[in-house]
Amino acid sequence: MSDMSYVRSEMLPERTPPASSVGFVGWARANLFNGIVNSILTIVSLVLIFLVLAALLPWLFSPTWNSGSLNECRDILNGHEGACWGVINERWEQLLYGFYPNGSEAGSIDQRWRPNLAFLLLFVAVIPVLFNMISRRMNWVLLLVALAYGAYAIGGTLGMIAVVVLLAAAVFVGYKAFSSDKATRAAEIEAGAKRLPNPLIFTAIFPFLVPFLLWGGSIWVFVGAALGFVLAGLAYRYLSTVVGSLAGMIISVLVAIVWWLFMIGPFASAMDAILPIALEQIESRKFGGFMLSITIGVVAIGISLPIGIVLALGRQSDLLIVKALSVGFIEFIRGVPLITLLFVASTLLNIFLPPGTNFDIILRVLIMVTLFAAAYMAEVVRGGLAALPKGQYEAADALGLDYWKAQRLIIMPQALKISIPGIVSTFIGVFKDTVLVSIIGLLDPLGLSNAIRADQAWNGVVWELYGFIAFMFFVFCFSMSRYSMYLERRLRTGHK
Amino acid sequence: MSSITLDHHADRSAMKVSDQVAIDIRGMNKWYGAFHVLRDIDLTVYEGERIVIAGPSGSGKSTLIRCINRLEEHQEGQIIVDGTELTSDLKNVDKVRSEVGMVFQHFNLFPHLTILENCTLAPIWVRKTPRKEAEEVAMHFLEKVKIPEQAHKYPGMLSGGQQQRVAIARSLCMMPRIMLFDEPTSALDPEMIKEVLETMVSLAEEGMTMLCVTHEMGFAKEVANRVIFMDQGQIVEQNEPEEFFNNPQSERTKLFLSQIL
Repeated sequence: MSDMSYVRSEMLPERTPPASSVGFVGWARANLFNGIVNSILTIVSLVLIFLVLAALLPWLFSPTWNSGSLNECRDILNGHEGACWGVINERWEQLLYGFYPNGSEAGSIDQRWRPNLAFLLLFVAVIPVLFNMISRRMNWVLLLVALAYGAYAIGGTLGMIAVVVLLAAAVFVGYKAFSSDKATRAAEIEAGAKRLPNPLIFTAIFPFLVPFLLWGGSIWVFVGAALGFVLAGLAYRYLSTVVGSLAGMIISVLVAIVWWLFMIGPFASAMDAILPIALEQIESRKFGGFMLSITIGVVAIGISLPIGIVLALGRQSDLLIVKALSVGFIEFIRGVPLITLLFVASTLLNIFLPPGTNFDIILRVLIMVTLFAAAYMAEVVRGGLAALPKGQYEAADALGLDYWKAQRLIIMPQALKISIPGIVSTFIGVFKDTVLVSIIGLLDPLGLSNAIRADQAWNGVVWELYGFIAFMFFVFCFSMSRYSMYLERRLRTGHK
Repeated sequence: MSSITLDHHADRSAMKVSDQVAIDIRGMNKWYGAFHVLRDIDLTVYEGERIVIAGPSGSGKSTLIRCINRLEEHQEGQIIVDGTELTSDLKNVDKVRSEVGMVFQHFNLFPHLTILENCTLAPIWVRKTPRKEAEEVAMHFLEKVKIPEQAHKYPGMLSGGQQQRVAIARSLCMMPRIMLFDEPTSALDPEMIKEVLETMVSLAEEGMTMLCVTHEMGFAKEVANRVIFMDQGQIVEQNEPEEFFNNPQSERTKLFLSQIL
């Protein structure tokens, strides 16, 4: 029995791991050559990758950037295989902006700064929502720089003065943001230093600013649209304490609708008389290319999420009518192909509207795509809601939180976090589905590519055009997918 | 079950029962569908009472205390908490819920919020306490349950016992007058049961009105002033702990005690 007793008299020191298990050698051994089968697979894959690249790269890097037609390309390539990039060189502006006025027509001026500015502002508006790593001050710097670009594009003496002022302000705020680190700034704020306004204010203005930029017209129409929301908010705030939250909500919605239907027109014309601010109006049929895709995509993505959340909650509601309406809407939309809805938007809707009404085609498409996305979003969010343990609802109830507070503070943050992969998949799907509008005659990138190939000079160009379009879509979709992974990592709170 | 013994004997001198009624339940009946879970419950709880509710599983004890803050609806009879009757009127329900704290078997902390945020959420959003004040109160209670150093961690990073103590602190931050415990130690390892029970004992020593569904008979003997035994949805026997454990009257109670002690 004495064999079993053992006492360690000395503790072993730490040793470095064997050289073959660390560094590149260790990594390659563990991941590429950890067995005969895997080694063979690795080598076969490397050969395949080499073959693909050997065929693709020479095609990709062909000196045809400045050619003016497919025939010129053929002359340059002289029988060799190669891409004909001249088509992208000549038509990239069209692929990006469609027929948005670029100053080439007589009497028109280049208006493309407007979508450019809208695109820049999109980033300024979404950054405070999507990321928490950028400071409040840096966000204002971005906004000032974007606005300086807008002022530069408008031009004129006033514009140039505005550029100088805006850039100076950006440099000043940016310098202050860089010169004080996080801790000192936090201490300053603690001590009562004034903070810059929350950048989310701009995010709230953005949805009204962008249609003004893109479509133009009087700014007061869009200010009026925004005022409807403000009025509804005020009505709810002051009435809900008096008549209860449900009645307050109904009244405030009515207030907004009445305002939008009857008051916007007089308001806009009155304001126009006092202070006319307007941009040249651009018709919807001039919209096209990626600008159109991004417009439809961003609107559908931005609006479908809140509608989807409401529908998901409606579907779970105890109120029979709310539930029936939600289920009916979701199942109807999911049961119909998007193309059918788009056809309804483009042709049928006009039949039902009173004659003479001019209901913008892009607006009709936006509504349909948004509703379509919202139905899918509702089901994704419902999946997240279903995954939450019942205890979370009970804990929220037991603490005295009412339904909306519990949803907002406890349930939705968790349900949405669970559904991030599904939500982003839906977003990506919606963005890619925007090319379907080419079927009803809108000139999205795919619609334009057909138009371009109908041109005598480029008849027969296929890979270059579709490759370019695919590449652009890939950039957007891949960014969304990476963002969703970043967000999942950021919101991970367990111990891992 | 009775293997957990508490280190120090609870100081019963501070545990005074007043003659103010905290909870009054009269002729309460509840059904799940056709199943009659609670039958003719009559129970009056005075302020400062520490009541332990025991009974076999499925006897309706959890359902009973969940009716007190209306996590479950009763169909017949009256439940009056602190003078407010629980009806379908949501205002009354919210009022009662903000006066009554509840601790669950599975803690039900909010995993997406830090410990401190878990504790300050309800005071800020329900009681409209300023954030700073709510944080001070939360830290006070976190110190009381002996985990102030975890305030900025997330629930997923804490052990079960620590999570349950946070859950208790979270309830206390609402300054409740009554605390309900729904098997607070059933999901815990033995060593952690002890730390949670000790927190509950110190709460009792401060005179909190407590209703506790538990299988910890050591806790019942030490702290409770009344033990209620339930079976098949009815209150079968209730008595002072000493009498209850040493001299049970009904056959059903005797059988139950012989099985768990």
